[in-house]
Amino acid sequence: MSEQDISESPDIRFVGVSKWFGDVVAVDKIDLSVERGAFFSFLGPSGCGKTTSLRLIAGFDQPTEGDVFISGTSVVGIPSHKRPVNMVFQNYALFPHMNVADNIAYGLRQRNPKPPKQEIAKRVDETLELVRLSGFGKRKSWELSGGQQQRVALARALINHPTVLLLDEPLAALDRKLRREMQMELQTLQREVGITFILVTHDQEEALSMSDRICIMREGQIIQSGSPRELYDEPVNRYVADFVGKTNFFNGKVVTANKSSISINSESCAVLVGVKSKGAPTPKIGSNACVAVRPEMISISAADEKDNHADIVIKGHVKNRIFLGEHSEYLIVTEGFGDVLVLSPKTNESNRRIFAPGDHVSISWMPEAVLVLEDT
Amino acid sequence: MRLYSIAIYLFLYVPIFIIVLFSFNAGRHASELRGLSLQWYGKALANPFVVDAFVTSLVVALTVAILSTLMGTAAALALQRLKGTLRILFDGMIYISIMIPGIVIGIATLVALVTVFNFLNPLLASVWPEGVKPLKLNMGYATVIAAHTLFTMSLVIILVRARIAGMDRTLIEASTDLYATPWRTFYQITLPQIFPAILSGFLLSFTFSFDDFIISFFVAGANTTLPVYIFSSIRRGITPEVNAIGTMVLAVSLILLMAAQYLLHARTNR
Ligand SMILES: Nc1ncnc2c1ncn2[C@@H]1O[C@H](COP(=O)(O)OP(=O)(O)OP(=O)(O)O)[C@@H](O)[C@H]1O
Ligand SMILES: [Mg+2]
Repeated sequence: MSEQDISESPDIRFVGVSKWFGDVVAVDKIDLSVERGAFFSFLGPSGCGKTTSLRLIAGFDQPTEGDVFISGTSVVGIPSHKRPVNMVFQNYALFPHMNVADNIAYGLRQRNPKPPKQEIAKRVDETLELVRLSGFGKRKSWELSGGQQQRVALARALINHPTVLLLDEPLAALDRKLRREMQMELQTLQREVGITFILVTHDQEEALSMSDRICIMREGQIIQSGSPRELYDEPVNRYVADFVGKTNFFNGKVVTANKSSISINSESCAVLVGVKSKGAPTPKIGSNACVAVRPEMISISAADEKDNHADIVIKGHVKNRIFLGEHSEYLIVTEGFGDVLVLSPKTNESNRRIFAPGDHVSISWMPEAVLVLEDT
Repeated sequence: MRLYSIAIYLFLYVPIFIIVLFSFNAGRHASELRGLSLQWYGKALANPFVVDAFVTSLVVALTVAILSTLMGTAAALALQRLKGTLRILFDGMIYISIMIPGIVIGIATLVALVTVFNFLNPLLASVWPEGVKPLKLNMGYATVIAAHTLFTMSLVIILVRARIAGMDRTLIEASTDLYATPWRTFYQITLPQIFPAILSGFLLSFTFSFDDFIISFFVAGANTTLPVYIFSSIRRGITPEVNAIGTMVLAVSLILLMAAQYLLHARTNR
């Protein structure tokens, strides 16, 4: 890293970072950079190395290989109490022998020189207000609800104005409704304070709705990173498509592949056509691939109707319908293509019928709307 | 079932109750109750041997409790970082030192100390400056304290280790994450968290040392502790005076127990 661009350097940068625990590799040669002021998420299944990545930033673990930079400075070997980052723990880790105000003031009290008492009290009050807990200072942490404890943990970190705030599945312990609320609050808060947030989650909905950028991990490696829209529209492989949003997959072997379209011979011998995802390599002819069809890309009609534009029409019957307000979600049992998920918007058009379980239907989609992905 | 448990409690507590009751006996004999009085307490407290033994016991127990709490806590904190064979080895030694019968510890310590003293004393005398009475190592406070501490330190280690194991490790990480140096993390987070175990360790060590007869009997030398005194006076027949001493020892133990309960409750009641 050259000297002049330190002011512009990303808040966090990983260069070839690996972390081994014995002969288990938790993080495998990761390169990554997080821009200043971003809301960044690590997304991936259990055990893929998300927490480990966060702990490498916080300084609880040191990388086996590679270099970690905070604001352009290498922090390898620097212990956690000397790093300008703070963490919100999954279980909150509030100090049980201290009240809420003392918990929040903890970081300030470790400063050398220690700020004067009135200043600490003032900052604690301000921070309590920021997380909407004014007047809770004298409470014990175990007298608070889950959501309130979560906010205390947040306040305890934010009061220090860290360069980066690390959040390890901070909402996992909350119920669904509270989680939605806290997601909104976190987003608003992040914009208000302008601190870089790095969130770890295995909940794709959470990552998609909150982050500017998401990094999808598997077995210690980054599979793809990008904005939520990029990941949704241009997944590099089946793994990402499967992880981000719901998708129907049809497996087969590539028969033709050119710039504009790729066709595969599906397991039920039908030829399916789709386009290549941006950023993904063109699959080789003869290799295993799959067609990924998002449920909202599929249209559904009564079995006797004809859709002339569609490339493929598949017959089946409705197994199940879930009403989701704006949309209806159908599970269609097809001949030769297994169970297919279809998301049908509620419209006023008279030809869009509502189908009931048992109805015979046909489903179809446009080839431009579907992606052919490597089957990994 | 209920009768059975009542019988057990009776069996446990009736003898103790009888000792307490008979300590208030106005009569001369331990076996018949003739009115109530405090005369035996007066007699016991006026007996210089009893008071000496009591003071010795207190000094020994207090020193043992302090030493074993300090060393046991430090050892527990260090052992928790140990891994592999070394850890198994140390764990094994700690449990063995608790399981070894008191009489074995007593005899072994006595033999070991006598051997060492017999070897060292002539040596010391030969290097001592002329005209000054040479230092002579002997059985006494130091030996009984050392022997007790060896045993009670293991108790403290086990108690504190259990507490550390049950402690939320993320609290320590949270503290360092919030800029606390390792030392500040220790006394601001770790110490308050393991304090109940340290306190129980202290009180257990105290009561163990205060009550111990076997080890003290072998290594206390001329410094008679209270249990040793009671044993020797019983050989001259059980008097109500012994009952009074026993009741006082019981009272000390109970008060300590209640104090501990209160302190622990005040801290962990949350
Ligand atoms: N201290 C450790 N010692 C040994 N192995 C570890 C340690 N910490 C993590 N691992 C291993 O490293 C891998 C990644 O763990 P990590 O905790 O980063 O996963 P994660 O993505 O956070 O999973 P989760 O969503 O379940 O929290 C796992 O296989 C785990 O078993
Ligand atoms: Mg994790």
